Amino acid sequence: MSEEVKNIIVSENEDYVINMGPQHPSTHGVLRLEVCLNGETVKWLRPHCGYIHRGIEKMCESLTYPQIIHLTDRMDYLSAHINNEAVCLCVEKALEVEVPERVKYIRTILAELTRLNSHQLWWSAFGMDLGALTTFFYGLRDREKILDIFEESFGSRLLHSFNTPGGLMHDVHPNFQKHIKEFIKYFRKKLPEYNQLLTDNVIFHERSKGVGYLTKEEAIAWGVTGPSGRGSGFECDIRKHYPYSAYDKVEFNEILYTEGDTFARYKARMDEMWESMNIIEQLVDNIPDDGHTAKMKAVLKLPEGEYNQRVETARGELDVLIKSDGNKTPTRVKFRSPNFNNLFVLNKIASGGKIADLVAISGSLDLVIPDIDR
Amino acid sequence: MDISQLKIKLGEKFKGIEEADKIDLSGFIVPADQLHEIIVFLKEYEKGKFNYLFNLTCTDNGDSFTMLYYMESVEERANVVVKTNIDREKPVIPTVADLFPAAEYLEREVYDLFGVVFENHPDLRRLFLEDDFGYPLRKDFKDEINIIER
Repeated sequence: MSEEVKNIIVSENEDYVINMGPQHPSTHGVLRLEVCLNGETVKWLRPHCGYIHRGIEKMCESLTYPQIIHLTDRMDYLSAHINNEAVCLCVEKALEVEVPERVKYIRTILAELTRLNSHQLWWSAFGMDLGALTTFFYGLRDREKILDIFEESFGSRLLHSFNTPGGLMHDVHPNFQKHIKEFIKYFRKKLPEYNQLLTDNVIFHERSKGVGYLTKEEAIAWGVTGPSGRGSGFECDIRKHYPYSAYDKVEFNEILYTEGDTFARYKARMDEMWESMNIIEQLVDNIPDDGHTAKMKAVLKLPEGEYNQRVETARGELDVLIKSDGNKTPTRVKFRSPNFNNLFVLNKIASGGKIADLVAISGSLDLVIPDIDR
Repeated sequence: MDISQLKIKLGEKFKGIEEADKIDLSGFIVPADQLHEIIVFLKEYEKGKFNYLFNLTCTDNGDSFTMLYYMESVEERANVVVKTNIDREKPVIPTVADLFPAAEYLEREVYDLFGVVFENHPDLRRLFLEDDFGYPLRKDFKDEINIIER
């Protein structure tokens, strides 16, 4: 090593700025955080996005509505089904199409399975971020069962594009109900294992309790939704407050925690898994049999106007805005993605903490980067 | 919440407010120079504060831009949309980032993709694209290399 390099000394008053990412394992995607450090304490941080910006909103302007569905998978790929559903609901609302009850039930079941699958992967990766490698194997083992159900019915495991405006691409596999019931029975036994492994772990408590405080007022002001917002006591569950699909036919609780720290956000997600299983169990036995799609025209032309649909993805509120001038392609599509707002609160809640806690906090926000850049 | 009452209250306090049509939530078209005061009024509205800005975006109408502000009252579960038309040649509008921290980044995104300049914004830089990229969501944007028109 040369003499020059040896002699670099950072004085106490000097800002020491490092880049975390764009290939850092804890960001789970290409996101660069410019972090200013004083020793181990984070003074401020600045997220830099755009590494995976594909211009989905611009691409949508030259595609028809059934084609747009396939792009929305690629935003929040862990909530792929719910993203599809959001666009479908928005188009159906604009065309004033009433979809069959069967479609509503199946969409809701699939949305909850997607949420379970997403939370399982989050739990696996969150444990790994904090140094508990076993969680990754447990989480992926159980996630595989859901992916098998998806694969059986839609032929793909992650990005299924199974929704179309007016209904579903085709009917589900005859074993759909049977395998879901088997899975719920299996996972009800396995979820307490998750608690034994991580939730009741003293080291995990030390890492997560009292770290990354976010008050309810801040959560509302910054638009932090989903389990991250509900960990701060912000009642933002769209399923509860603006029911869509079959959510008005089921009983479930909106999980709220008021502590607002990393552990509260963690608990909100863990409890949500139980709620998702409750919702699926209420629906899976009573799926009506009235066809898998409504009668739709071959070319969909939305009446002139602006249409807005809000849905609850695994990470928070997704808001689809479609502006149409009466043609078969939209003039403007805007996706208000939950991760976009959840990311930018990071500077607020991680500043003043330690850099090791930054990994815990960003893990507890459960960011999916392609959803931020779109 | 009674939105028609809100409309009367807004009409008493501000001039030039119209009700928006062809939109599935209740909305108002307001003049751009009064936008900031109207957003403040809605945020402090006595019958349920519209304290959650859940969406902010812009649309290109060909001859003008329309800014859209989607606000929700968390207590009352009521939604309102504030629309304002701005000049396409010189798109300048006051920021609402001082009222809603969430708007800071949503406005940066609009600046990045449409080139709308937000007055008094704390940190108006491009969010996704390079400085010389142009404004891709404008209708007259042409990308010579990656042609996406059909």
